[in-house]
Amino acid sequence: MKFSLPWLKEHLETDADVEQIADKLTALGLEVDDVEARGSDLTAFTVAEIVGLRRHPDAERLNLCEVDTGKGKLEVVCGAPNVHLGMKAVFGPVGSVIPATGDVLKRAKIRGVESQGMLFSERELGLGEDHDGIVELPADAKVGQPAIDFMTIEGPVIDIDITPNRSDCFGISGVARELAAGGIGTLKSRDFSPVPADFETDLDVVFDLPEGREAACPLFVAREFKGVKNGPSPAWLQARLTAIGLRPISALVDITNYVCFDLGRPLHVFDANKLNGRRLTLRFSKAGERLEALDGKTYDLDDEVTVIADASGPAALGGIMGGEPTGCTEETTDVILEIALFCPRRTALTGRKLGIESDARTRFERGLDPAMVIAGAEYATKLIQELCGGEASQLVVAGSVPGLRPPFPFRLGHLERLAGITLDVETIERHLRALGFQVEAVDDETIQVVPPSWRHDVRMEADIVEELARLQGYERIPPMPVRRTTAVSEPILAPEQRMRSIARRTLAARGISEAATWSFIEPAMVKAFGEDGLKLRNPINAELSVLRPSILPNLLQAAGRNRNRGIESVALFESGPRFYGDQPGEQEVTIGGVRVGPNHGRHWSSQPRDVDVFDARADALAVLHACKVNPDGLRVVADGPGHYHPGRKGRLMLGPKTVLAEFGEIHPAILQKLDLETRAVGFEVFLDRLPKPKKKKSCARPPLKASNFPPVDRDFAFVVEKDVPAEILLHAVRGADKALIQDVSLFDVYEGKGLEDGKKSLALAVRMQAMDHTLEEGEIDAAVKKITAAAAKATGATLRA
Amino acid sequence: MVEMARKSEEAEGAVDIDRLESEILAQINIADQLDALEQIRVGELGKKGRITQLTKSLGALDPEARREAGQRYNQVKHAVAEAIAGKRTALEAEALDAQLLHETVDVTLPVRPEIMGRLHPVSQVTEELIAIFGEMGFRVAEGPDVEDDFNNFTALNIPAEHPARQMQDTFYMEAEKDGTPLVLRTHTSPVQIRTMLSGPPPYRIIAPGRTYRCDYDITHTPMFHQVEGLLIDRRTHMGHLKGCLIDFVRTFFERDDIPVRFRPSYFPFTEPSAEMDIGCKRTADELIIGGGDDWLEILGCGMVHPNVLRAVGVDPEVWQGFAFGMGIDRIAMLKYGIPDLRTFFEGDLRWSGNYGFGAIDVPTTYGGLSR
Repeated sequence: MKFSLPWLKEHLETDADVEQIADKLTALGLEVDDVEARGSDLTAFTVAEIVGLRRHPDAERLNLCEVDTGKGKLEVVCGAPNVHLGMKAVFGPVGSVIPATGDVLKRAKIRGVESQGMLFSERELGLGEDHDGIVELPADAKVGQPAIDFMTIEGPVIDIDITPNRSDCFGISGVARELAAGGIGTLKSRDFSPVPADFETDLDVVFDLPEGREAACPLFVAREFKGVKNGPSPAWLQARLTAIGLRPISALVDITNYVCFDLGRPLHVFDANKLNGRRLTLRFSKAGERLEALDGKTYDLDDEVTVIADASGPAALGGIMGGEPTGCTEETTDVILEIALFCPRRTALTGRKLGIESDARTRFERGLDPAMVIAGAEYATKLIQELCGGEASQLVVAGSVPGLRPPFPFRLGHLERLAGITLDVETIERHLRALGFQVEAVDDETIQVVPPSWRHDVRMEADIVEELARLQGYERIPPMPVRRTTAVSEPILAPEQRMRSIARRTLAARGISEAATWSFIEPAMVKAFGEDGLKLRNPINAELSVLRPSILPNLLQAAGRNRNRGIESVALFESGPRFYGDQPGEQEVTIGGVRVGPNHGRHWSSQPRDVDVFDARADALAVLHACKVNPDGLRVVADGPGHYHPGRKGRLMLGPKTVLAEFGEIHPAILQKLDLETRAVGFEVFLDRLPKPKKKKSCARPPLKASNFPPVDRDFAFVVEKDVPAEILLHAVRGADKALIQDVSLFDVYEGKGLEDGKKSLALAVRMQAMDHTLEEGEIDAAVKKITAAAAKATGATLRA
Repeated sequence: MVEMARKSEEAEGAVDIDRLESEILAQINIADQLDALEQIRVGELGKKGRITQLTKSLGALDPEARREAGQRYNQVKHAVAEAIAGKRTALEAEALDAQLLHETVDVTLPVRPEIMGRLHPVSQVTEELIAIFGEMGFRVAEGPDVEDDFNNFTALNIPAEHPARQMQDTFYMEAEKDGTPLVLRTHTSPVQIRTMLSGPPPYRIIAPGRTYRCDYDITHTPMFHQVEGLLIDRRTHMGHLKGCLIDFVRTFFERDDIPVRFRPSYFPFTEPSAEMDIGCKRTADELIIGGGDDWLEILGCGMVHPNVLRAVGVDPEVWQGFAFGMGIDRIAMLKYGIPDLRTFFEGDLRWSGNYGFGAIDVPTTYGGLSR
């Protein structure tokens, strides 16, 4: 909220300068966003008189003004409709800086005529919104003198951020109260005394709220005015509103805006002659009713909007905005002032539903001071009579002012307990009274407090602690160290959390870069990667509308973007949630990666090749190994989800059921959908499914078992059916003689000439070694027999002739 | 040549040992191949070699002459053997030199491609946070991204229609639980609730993770990262809150002179509430952390609201403490000078090359967080 310093000083007697005030506001919790000096950058501008005026030869709307600047006469091109002979205007010479834009004014030809300077509007000077014409200075302004000397400039303007709990500070009087309590000056009081009625009105104000919903509006007040003269409001009021970014409209409307900001109290004025009947009813709208509001838009209402209605229907949206047909204009002479207490919750709901932001809504939905309904009405009455004259009726009141909330005790020790500071009881009471609390001592350790009517946010002891701590200043709270409480620290990370870090660093070391992509994907990708999507009700856009069932789609899209930027070989991974159900917790931490394009760029030392399924499997295995998954327990099976190439995919299994990882070549149909014109592979390791490491009894490693006796290597060429997975053969051979066989490697796969159709040859190198002696021929022969037998049994393998 | 020498000896009918010696040594000297040298060795010192034969012929001489000639022959034999060995070493060295010369490569050729991947700044900064708060005894807690209304709002003292629900533009799921739509968590604060519901106090956790708000512009992305902190015990107060967070920002930004400021603020789930600012300096295109006369908001914090403690069955008359929350992406941007939040989520390899971290750059408090 913005306010000017002079406006603040109407409520606060203070010698503090704007900087002290700004610092104090921030320290009190009213964070200062900006302090705008206003007018400080106008020194280059002078008073000039328009002494000659003719139409631009080539432009209807432009005038060529001959201006007397005091230092000579210049020709200035001006498009403002309000220029006239003899007018005193604000002149800026070539080379001056335009305050609103920061641009330097250049000598320029406008439609062929050179302009030797510029005459300024309010907006161009950075002083307001008005751009309908140039600023007209008073007739007695002296030509050549600084223009600022003859202008009413309201400033400086302070802009503060108000937290949602502080509805009371949406009025400048509330801000002043805070500052006074904080030790910056003393609070001045406004005159809220009742205005005597000039006549008795027959206006009727009634509630017609459904039973049980009376809280929608507990208090509703109106006053009628006759014979007012509406018109432009005085310069001081216009300047004040302009300074905080509001546009002056007419005295009556300006008064309501003024009170809205001055007291934080929204109110509304109807043109009494435009209302149908002499009764204002506060009721819920009926479905199908409509209202053209003051913003010019027409709103369709349901049966839940609190409205002020006349005999024709809704005339205003309670707490949000008035209606256009019954609004005040310059011609208005008879006025009904309406001021009420609307329910914050309902105001918020309606405002959100209708999509209306207004100064009234901002205030009502945060909760207003019930005591300010009558007082605000009296204050507004005085302003109306002062600025517009006319006669005022008595106040017509429906409902009653809600009472103060009951007092509650505050234990003085609570301040130290929560805030770590101590204050004597006198200081505590002084602070609270300055904020408007009623305070009463109960005993040495407890006081009774009644929060003021405007502080809905103070309900309990913790709230009082905050009030005291912020009045003292948070900087007065001495910082205390936070140390570990246990001597031997417990692990900061659970084992599964530690695994993620290890997995990430393992993949990075393998040349894959980490990405972070959205948890959402587009629906088209969901169909390719999973089952029915977990849809958002209100997505940012269609591309981000479903929770991802897999890490891969976003990575593939990112890979595509990289390739479009000329990076051919892309390797990306991400660790994060994968969603498999729409209830909380139906997600699992997954680390997934893609490799796209050739395995490396062209290089003198080796030919690049396309990435293949074995790259993806190696990545997945590297993660599992780094996470200490026992490789002996792992099995590879040729199976996997549909987003992989049906013949080039696999799963890494632990036991018969647990899928730890999936890998494969990405299905060409998906690549096509993503416009990826190359091969791509991917993998996902489901980290949450990894076995939890057992709690170790000791950190000691098992003793090293290494033989110093010579190893013996034997090669085998096994012929098997083409569809026999190598893994089964390898598994059988490894297990053929566990004592002797140290290592088995598969060094050749062959199909074709020399082999029957449908067969393939797998060449294995087996290393055998005994722990305690050199192997003898007989032992070796026996082991070879075991190996061939095991291979035959598992796969039907025969030794190649 | 050897043949010629033999012929001349035969012609003369006598052996001039001196001449023989110099002849052999000359031959050795001019030998330029290892196999030629070997031929000489066999021809002179082999079983049928000339010197060997001469030695064998000594038997025909009288003892005096035999001794004298024997000594002389031995001398020659040694001299020849030595010369051959010397020449061999020289030839071998020459051959090696030639081989090495032949094997010379252009060592300036580019090495084999070996790409190192980079870690995302969010991962790195999260590990930095863990290192710092870990030293203060915090452990890492987690919660799901899809949350229910209770954990995300109600238990955090944000009842329905509370204006704070408007502060956060919530993503709602089509799915419901207990008749209310599920949400994507708008903050990491629900992890506080889950932690406190999972066991008795005291609590000391940080909870980093993904958070979501329905907002997408220059400074907002629909998904971002937050870290939550919660410390509940019997006597932790705002002084500890300040101490903990001051230590944190100074360790994190690796500057022990960063000015800090705590301002009163408002969050439904804390009371008293505060926001923490750090000193900074703003120039036209740069933001320098520390020094300067400007302030930059860094996090929100406060004493956990009694209503929150009650909502999870913790007695606020006995237990109390603080909570805080901050944006991980944001502090990563500030610390490492990353200008645009949206770039965090694009997976641009050029970006990770510039702003990412190496696989071995594990942040530690003992070795400096960043290297």
